[in-house]
Amino acid sequence: MRSWWLCARMWMRSMMAYRASFVLNLLASLVTHSLDFVVLVIMFRHTDQLGGWNLPEIAFLYATATFSLGMANLLVGSADGLGVRIMSGSLDTMLIRPAPALSQLCAERFSLRRLGRPLQAAIVLVWSLAALDVHWTWDRVLLVPVLLVCGTVIFGAIFVGGATVQFWWGESKEIQNSFTYGGATLLHYPPTIFAKELVAGAVFGVPLAFVNWLPSLRILDRPDPLGLPTAFQYASPVAAAVCVAAAGFAWRAGLRAYRGTGS
Amino acid sequence: MQNAALVGARPPDTGTSTGSALGLYAAVARGAFRRYSTYRAATLAGTFTNTVFGIILASSFLALWQARPNLGGYDQSQAVTYIWVSQGLLVTVAVWGGGFQDDVQDRFRSGDIAVDLYRPVDFQGWWLATDLGRAAFQALVRGTVPMLVGALVFRTRMPEHPLTWVFFLLSVLLALLVSFGVRFLVSITGFWLHDSEGVRSVMLVVSMFFSGMLLPIALFPGWLGDLGRVLPWASLVQVPTDVFLERASGAGLLGAFGFQLGWAVALLAAGRGAQWLATRRVVVQGG
Repeated sequence: MRSWWLCARMWMRSMMAYRASFVLNLLASLVTHSLDFVVLVIMFRHTDQLGGWNLPEIAFLYATATFSLGMANLLVGSADGLGVRIMSGSLDTMLIRPAPALSQLCAERFSLRRLGRPLQAAIVLVWSLAALDVHWTWDRVLLVPVLLVCGTVIFGAIFVGGATVQFWWGESKEIQNSFTYGGATLLHYPPTIFAKELVAGAVFGVPLAFVNWLPSLRILDRPDPLGLPTAFQYASPVAAAVCVAAAGFAWRAGLRAYRGTGS
Repeated sequence: MQNAALVGARPPDTGTSTGSALGLYAAVARGAFRRYSTYRAATLAGTFTNTVFGIILASSFLALWQARPNLGGYDQSQAVTYIWVSQGLLVTVAVWGGGFQDDVQDRFRSGDIAVDLYRPVDFQGWWLATDLGRAAFQALVRGTVPMLVGALVFRTRMPEHPLTWVFFLLSVLLALLVSFGVRFLVSITGFWLHDSEGVRSVMLVVSMFFSGMLLPIALFPGWLGDLGRVLPWASLVQVPTDVFLERASGAGLLGAFGFQLGWAVALLAAGRGAQWLATRRVVVQGG
């Protein structure tokens, strides 16, 4: 943790040397990431519901998924550079430094520019919370921050776990994209529009449904298309813990299997 | 880039033998094709990603068209097919940039760009040839596999006329020329800005949106739709996909080709002009 913070701070300071460029980059990324939401808004100019969900509800899904992905990407997203490091041999340098390799890898090229995505999502979230027609009970209110934290952790675990695959298959980065960026796109839309098998896969396979689908069913008071027990809607912390454990195990296994090329 | 060195060693071609010049570009394109075909695992991984996105987006389109049948003049199976064709085109016509742009970027950084300008081969023609080779390989795998999976999982609409396949391929080729034209102009800003990264990231957004990759332009509201229909990016995804879906025939089809061809010519000519301006101001450092 501490070494991650040290590395991240170093990169932040190097970036802040060019303040104007940073601000421009952040603004550009804010606009870029808004585009996905613009598409949803245009869709809702032609209809007032998608899969039975209205715009504020879908905006809530969009914002929570995007925020979780964005925060995970900000914190550990650099992990996907592992394959390139193995190829260039710079992973070996990290391994001999007196700091955990994983935290070095995750903080490498730490870039505040990535704040654009979660920032944009936060704006949409505030709008959707204001526009939603929900009866706010204490458990629903509490679920929102829990959702955001657990979602970030789950996406973070997928970033790290996916990167670990590159120990064995260096060019697998794109596959990981389909679970991180593809996963977030999946979670922008309500589970009702997808085939049941796909939704089940997101619950029991790669547990993306715990990021926002399941807790949102509780918050927005929607029926579960799979008819799972209510406990699932509160189970995101458990799912997040399992994901972290699995990613940690995969990372250690990968590191053990890794052989530097030496010189 | 061993090929490059070999080609560079030849005496300057004065343009008297167009045959050998064509042979040269064909060799460059073949080289690019072979280069991309060596990244098998990455191609496989990318194809998987295209397929996953295809399934997600096709499901969302199905939901939208269930709520609004015949939206934008597409029926449900056309809307789903739209997604699969566009996923196939995404990498083939490089909607979000890349391909030769990464190479040019590296060569700006390393200064090798000066060597490129020395070669007795046209700068623009060289990179166009590599891009055609790249696209040919990516069309084979990343263009077809998602389409096949889509046709298996969803109810898609294949062309009724066998000739449509020919028109579609022609339209994809024109789309590639337009895409190259835009990307070449973006890359060549590197002569002035030293780093075209910023321009590229802006272009990525514009291109994804106005190509119709995210949503058919027919669904854009009001002036945004009018604008989208005349901008060059419509040539990349919207036009070829509409050709595939047989939305136009006869004069309409000719108009679509004319639109693409017009932009391709205009952009390639602009690229040529920019190249001419750029080469006049190149300063080669040290030696």
